Amino acid sequence: MKTKRLNYGQAIHAALTHAMEKDPTVFVMGIGVDDHKAVFGTTRGFVERFGRARVFDTPISEGAMTGIAVGAALGGMRPVHVHIRADFLYLAMDQLLNIAAKWSSMSGGRASVPLVIRAVIGRSWGQGAQHSQSPQSMFMHVPGIKVAMPTTPADAQGLLLAAIEDPNPVVLLEHRLLYNLVGDVPATPVAVPFGRAVVRREGADLTIVAGSHMAVESLKAAEFLAKHGVSAEVVDPVTLVPLDRDAILRSLAKTGRLLVVDSSWTTCGASAEIAALAAEKGFDSLAAPVRRLGMQPVVCPVSKPLEKAFYPNAETIAAEAFSMLGRPFPDAPAPELVDDFKGPF
Amino acid sequence: MSPRTARKLADVDLTLYRLMLRIRRAEERIVALYPSDKIQSPVHLSVGQEAVAAGVSLALADGDRVHGTYRGHGVYIAKGGDLGRLFAELYGKDTGCARGRGGSMHLTAPEVGLVGCSAIVASLIPVATGDALAEKMRGGGRVVCSLFGDGAIDEGVFYESVNFAVLKSLPIVYVLENNGYAIHSRVPDRHKQTELFRLTEGLGLRGRRYDGNDARVVYKTMSAAVAAARRGKGPVLLEYMTNRWHEHVGPGTDFQEAYRYPKDRERALRSDPLKILAAALARRGESRARLDAVAAEIAGEVDAAVAFAESSPFPRAESLREGLYVESG
Repeated sequence: MKTKRLNYGQAIHAALTHAMEKDPTVFVMGIGVDDHKAVFGTTRGFVERFGRARVFDTPISEGAMTGIAVGAALGGMRPVHVHIRADFLYLAMDQLLNIAAKWSSMSGGRASVPLVIRAVIGRSWGQGAQHSQSPQSMFMHVPGIKVAMPTTPADAQGLLLAAIEDPNPVVLLEHRLLYNLVGDVPATPVAVPFGRAVVRREGADLTIVAGSHMAVESLKAAEFLAKHGVSAEVVDPVTLVPLDRDAILRSLAKTGRLLVVDSSWTTCGASAEIAALAAEKGFDSLAAPVRRLGMQPVVCPVSKPLEKAFYPNAETIAAEAFSMLGRPFPDAPAPELVDDFKGPF
Repeated sequence: MSPRTARKLADVDLTLYRLMLRIRRAEERIVALYPSDKIQSPVHLSVGQEAVAAGVSLALADGDRVHGTYRGHGVYIAKGGDLGRLFAELYGKDTGCARGRGGSMHLTAPEVGLVGCSAIVASLIPVATGDALAEKMRGGGRVVCSLFGDGAIDEGVFYESVNFAVLKSLPIVYVLENNGYAIHSRVPDRHKQTELFRLTEGLGLRGRRYDGNDARVVYKTMSAAVAAARRGKGPVLLEYMTNRWHEHVGPGTDFQEAYRYPKDRERALRSDPLKILAAALARRGESRARLDAVAAEIAGEVDAAVAFAESSPFPRAESLREGLYVESG
């Protein structure tokens, strides 16, 4: 397959362009999709290319606009509703969880809502309490809505395309800190099926299950761990609904140790679900208790030292892994673990 | 008035009467069946409000679409939803309009233009608005109707949706069925402005209030609104004043309760939509025998619908997980 190098944002742009060229019912709506910033460039040039009817800004009415997207989907269109911060989805929960997620069931399978929600998770650099949340578990909890968290540019391109082609509602959670990540993507975008985890790195001593930005941090940690004699396998679920349980259990059976790292809180979170999976279906494989890392159980702060203590990162992941193996954190330089993100957002 | 127009209007009136009587008899049967515990689901009855469902539904053309509420038996029946599948749905049978997954509050009949109903107040107002957006984007020439009660205008999404519909000049008619109560709360306890059709004037939505107990008035005013929306004139809000004869939920009446106005029962009986239309039909010379024949026909339809529900199978327990998602392709 012919590939090209794109960053995460460019890959989203390519997938959207491809979908809108192929299918005239696909349209993009959301606050700022038609402005000069074009949601981190992901909709740049769309108004000129596809016209204002298919690319439009919305009033700041997340609740109704989500319902409007649902209605347009029921009316035969394929809306992509974009939110520059995932936190704003809380204003849309009635429509997402009471209507979109339930429509197929409530109608006895006679209709469905082919809706795509794109929402960007913010993190660090002072995003604070209401611009930093990562709400994947909210959507995992309620049956009827699919959840994808692309990590690489190839994921972003392939999953967005799959989401648009899916006849069911999909929440696609992008991560702001991944936007500059560059990688190979198929030159002609193709849909990547949901429910297939990716082993980002093979290893033997422990399994780290981590998605989205946490997968990147886990890979940095794994690099450092490898230098100090620990072989970590990094499994990225890629989609949380459906969740590739087999891939997680397979890796656990191989390594006997499981560390789950999530970009959100641990309580009732995606990490809790995966830990429960290990307890229920992978207990015999466990050589040690499952451990989890996520945001600290407090409101996201702004001040730098507090923020650093709030989030898991490559260093805390590596530290947790050493601890699980009963080994001290090496007293050695750790360039792999440095956070190199520079503002502004 | 030309004889042809007069005949056509008489046919409309008779059709309205038939639709309303079908709703009334079906709901009376629900009340009668309720103590048997065969309908194991809450019911929000629309007895007393039949004129709105009938007039609105008849004014819509084939292909136009309605989005309703949990008080949805009326619009389901008036839009032409199958009566047998309605009762089967109430019974939780596999032959129900939603295969026993929806129940009374989530009726659906897309084959006749009832997209669906929701039990979250106001939640389908934006959905109907989005359906109208899709219609406009595809240039289909159909009109969408959003049907909701006076409780729905307490919700923020109502105003947000109206703003968007006006902004984009969408082909939608908002129908506010004002029965005076949101559950047990009177309108003046929830709004300073009790002329509810005025609430969206500042957003640019034209509104008018009409008698919602005279099906001819509803049909005529709704027809004009639908025609305007179809011509691209944008949305409009029609407020129809009517009465809820039953309690908010359940088969009983509660006129004696403190939340009701003292004269509710009297007013309800005086403005019975069926009596109003029957009187009008009589004035036009429709014979009693003709109306009795309609009633006999409908009694047969309701009997058949209940028999269908009774004899239909329940969904298999193994089918529990079906329908959560629609398969691709």
